Amino acid sequence: MTRPWFLQGRRTRAFLRNRTAIVGAALAVVFAIVALLAPALAPRDPLEQNVYNMLARPGGSHLLGTDDLGRDVLSRILYGARVSLIVGLSSVLIGTVVGVFVGLLAGYFGGFLELIVMRVVDVLMSFPVLVMGLMFMAILGPGMDKLILAIGLVLSPQIARLTHGAMVALRDMEYITAARSVGSGPWRILRRHVLPNVLGEILVMATLWMGTAIRVEANLSFIGLGVSPPTPTWGNMIREGVRWLAVTPWLAVFPGIAILLAVLAFNMVGDGLRDAMDPKLH
Amino acid sequence: MIRYVVRRLLMAIPTLLAVYTVVFLFVRVAPGDPAVAALGDYASAEAVQALRERMGLNAPLWAQYGRTLLGYLRGDLGRSLITGAPIGDQVAAVLLHTLQLTLAGVLIGALLGIPTGILTAVRRNCLPDYIGRTLGLVGLSIPAFYLGILLILAFAMNLRWFPVMGAGAFTDPWANLRHLALPALTLGIIMTSFVSRMTRSSLLNVLREDYVRTGRAKGVGERAVVYLHALRNALIPVVSVLGVQTAVLVGDSVMTEIVFSRPGLGRLMVQAMMQRDYIALQGLIVIYGAFVVAVNLITDLSYGFVDPRVRYD
Repeated sequence: MTRPWFLQGRRTRAFLRNRTAIVGAALAVVFAIVALLAPALAPRDPLEQNVYNMLARPGGSHLLGTDDLGRDVLSRILYGARVSLIVGLSSVLIGTVVGVFVGLLAGYFGGFLELIVMRVVDVLMSFPVLVMGLMFMAILGPGMDKLILAIGLVLSPQIARLTHGAMVALRDMEYITAARSVGSGPWRILRRHVLPNVLGEILVMATLWMGTAIRVEANLSFIGLGVSPPTPTWGNMIREGVRWLAVTPWLAVFPGIAILLAVLAFNMVGDGLRDAMDPKLH
Repeated sequence: MIRYVVRRLLMAIPTLLAVYTVVFLFVRVAPGDPAVAALGDYASAEAVQALRERMGLNAPLWAQYGRTLLGYLRGDLGRSLITGAPIGDQVAAVLLHTLQLTLAGVLIGALLGIPTGILTAVRRNCLPDYIGRTLGLVGLSIPAFYLGILLILAFAMNLRWFPVMGAGAFTDPWANLRHLALPALTLGIIMTSFVSRMTRSSLLNVLREDYVRTGRAKGVGERAVVYLHALRNALIPVVSVLGVQTAVLVGDSVMTEIVFSRPGLGRLMVQAMMQRDYIALQGLIVIYGAFVVAVNLITDLSYGFVDPRVRYD
């Protein structure tokens, strides 16, 4: 059996030589630590209001100022990382599982099932990500669990097409025929012989999608369709901050920087992984 | 060429039908009754029933499917569940604004992205390359709505060069362009990132080809090698990226319209979502699907212009 790509030294070395990827990985680690340790890191309770200290300028006892309800902006940004991380990780996980399952099934069994399933996948992929996210949110209704499911479903067609492509390329290979002839069932073939071959590509896509998921979540929260207030998310912080753009622009600017850094981190790591796996670039 | 266009148009029909079918089914599986959603939880049973009757929601699924489809074919998108106004009229009123915005974004992306891509490829691993690539990554990562807010802060509120929101009427070209500038720049910057990245990697690939080495060996100047020989081949994949990214840009235009309070399809769609107007939502999503199908068609046709090897037969 071939070892998964990330245990093969050449690719690991190629990744570690890529400075952009390392910076991205460091940023992603910081993001994860902030999300996990938000209660310990945040100077104040993100929901604590203070009517005597509304719209305070950054500096002093509130490093990034306060919002229109006197809540500490820094604490809210730190807590906002949790929502982004949870939504990002869970939706990518859902999208990957659903996508791999659908893609493998369609590719392995072929025939009419393949035709219908891949046609639906093509149609879904023809919609812009955000339009499809909006459509799923309309169907599923509001709430964080629905949001995660919606973003996961938006992602799944891409993963399904990738896995399906790999499955089609592999299904007539001799070693698959050989495995079948010695009595391996479909499940065993998929798990032992097909999945290891697409794992690398799926990992690249999932990493890039962490960034996209965080961005889509921010978009939907900004419109008011994501996680509802008072839970702080970067998207709804900007939504609330925009109302004060003329007076206290930083209320909208600071959470945006957080989104940008988080998305940037996963894009940098994803690019690095893809380059590391591309044999042409070695 | 004409035969190819006709055939591609015919091929778009099943795709559009599939788009319609998927959207129709998705909207129908949505939990809750569209009539209840439109009227609110406290509406009387009679009112809900009357609305269902009026909107044809009591008919069997296949009948609704057929009737809606026939309506779409005639250009009738149905009536809003909330206001009862024809959805087609609302779409017609804003469609040009969305088209103008998207087109302007693509144009800015191509005009800025291709030269930056060339510069970063020719100066590979030098300062312009690092700057271009870093800015490109930022452009790929920044959400459109946030970029729009930053542009509003800088150019509309601080410098006061452009209006903050709205869209000028087409009858007043100057006001129209001034209103278009910042939203178009928002989409344009994002598009530039994609295009310059693709131009760079494509040009780098082509510059490794044998014929480029032959050209250099024969003493062709670097300028002629890059611009006359390499660039023409390098631009072929860029055209397809322009097509794919235009479809993505359509999604970003939704957010841009919201941030700049610009009339457009995106704002109509979000409004329909907020009001839970499923009939309007269905029509608007189908329009978005048709838009993407049209963009793909134009992309396929444009291959022939950049690549003479492509024959339409």
